[in-house]
Amino acid sequence: MSDEEDDIILSELDDEELVQQMMDDLYDGLKEEIEEGVRILLDRGWGPYDILTKPLVGGMTIVGADFRDGILFVPEVLLAANAMKGGMFILKPLLVETGAPTIGKMVIGTVKGDIHDIGKNLVAMMMEGAGFEIVDLGINNAVESYLEAAAKEGADIIGMSALLTTTMPYMKVVIDTMKEQGIREDYIVLVGGAPLNEEFGKAIGADAYCRDAAVAVETAKTYMARKHNRPPAEA
Amino acid sequence: MDLTLPDDATLTRDGFVPETRSGRVLVLACGALAREILALIELNGWDHVDLHCLPALLHNRPDRIPAAVEEAVSRRGADYEQTFVAYADCGTGGLLEATCQRLGVQMIPGAHCYAFFDGLATFAAREELTAFYLTDFLARQFESVIWKPLGLDRHPELRDMYFGNYETLVYLAQTEDAELTTRARAAADRLGLAFERRYTGYGELATVLAENI
Repeated sequence: MSDEEDDIILSELDDEELVQQMMDDLYDGLKEEIEEGVRILLDRGWGPYDILTKPLVGGMTIVGADFRDGILFVPEVLLAANAMKGGMFILKPLLVETGAPTIGKMVIGTVKGDIHDIGKNLVAMMMEGAGFEIVDLGINNAVESYLEAAAKEGADIIGMSALLTTTMPYMKVVIDTMKEQGIREDYIVLVGGAPLNEEFGKAIGADAYCRDAAVAVETAKTYMARKHNRPPAEA
Repeated sequence: MDLTLPDDATLTRDGFVPETRSGRVLVLACGALAREILALIELNGWDHVDLHCLPALLHNRPDRIPAAVEEAVSRRGADYEQTFVAYADCGTGGLLEATCQRLGVQMIPGAHCYAFFDGLATFAAREELTAFYLTDFLARQFESVIWKPLGLDRHPELRDMYFGNYETLVYLAQTEDAELTTRARAAADRLGLAFERRYTGYGELATVLAENI
């Protein structure tokens, strides 16, 4: 954020200062500094899950809030996401090894006819950071792509993204197909994308419209908690 | 009406509000369409029409378009017998259409200006998933409407995060202008995309305006 930070030596900071500095560096999109900070914390015996949740997810949560409030804009969010990605690249194999808790599994993709994936990628990353297992289907997904992946992966959640007014109605095609096949209630369906709104989400029969990645994470957690709290007869 | 428009930078940032009212029909338009609509007004002798433009930069914040249109229609519409909104859906997810219906004003059908310049049916039939479009205005204002707002002047490394899934920049040309074609081609090069120029003229903008004003 300032020239003074050029002089900061991450390895000389105590844990608390380092976490705070990493959150600042994430905010500023400094990928190399984030990677260095992750390695330092690992060397100090931090568990990968704690590193993921405290400086990385904690930092991205601030980025998300400031984006929502109009303080940060898309380029800054992308830089921060890129920095977080650098950290997650180091942590991911370690998280698998240490058996970090998994809240649920989500297949996510941009709908048929749409190649825009910035929002979808942010959601996937934040969901992963929050402890969800993510199967990213990429862009331009037909209904079969969603439903086959959801069945194959035993997913809890199907996430659909669209940037175009012309492609967002395809989400209803997917949900209607799920109803026809009698599998609608087997999955939590979350939708998002710039032209969508809450009314649209309700109108097409999604469980929830998520206006940004942070909301997607919280919504997914809430629905997973409800799912787990269902009596056996309903589950 | 006053037929002198401000420069493109002003149309991008501030839009255009005519100083005096002279017509009985108000066309409330995106600043990116100002020159094309003005050309049609002059071409057709639509002396009964006043043009009011909102900032073209709203192109990047479609969520703000319905409220901006509503504010302008509420403020200026009462002075006119009729108001026409020269926006298509423009990424508002149907909210602009709902706003216009509530306000009792007509708007341009279709998803965005690319579609009505190309022709709605033609555009839909092309199914060009991987095309990124420029119009004359966007070719002129590429730097201030696309390159800088996306942060590519400061962080060119973000380019492929934005444009990595696109393959071609299609320049929908409203006019025969070699310099604009050169600019559009340069924009394609900067974005790492193939280039295609497609002359559309004013497309369905001309017919929609003629039918509605």
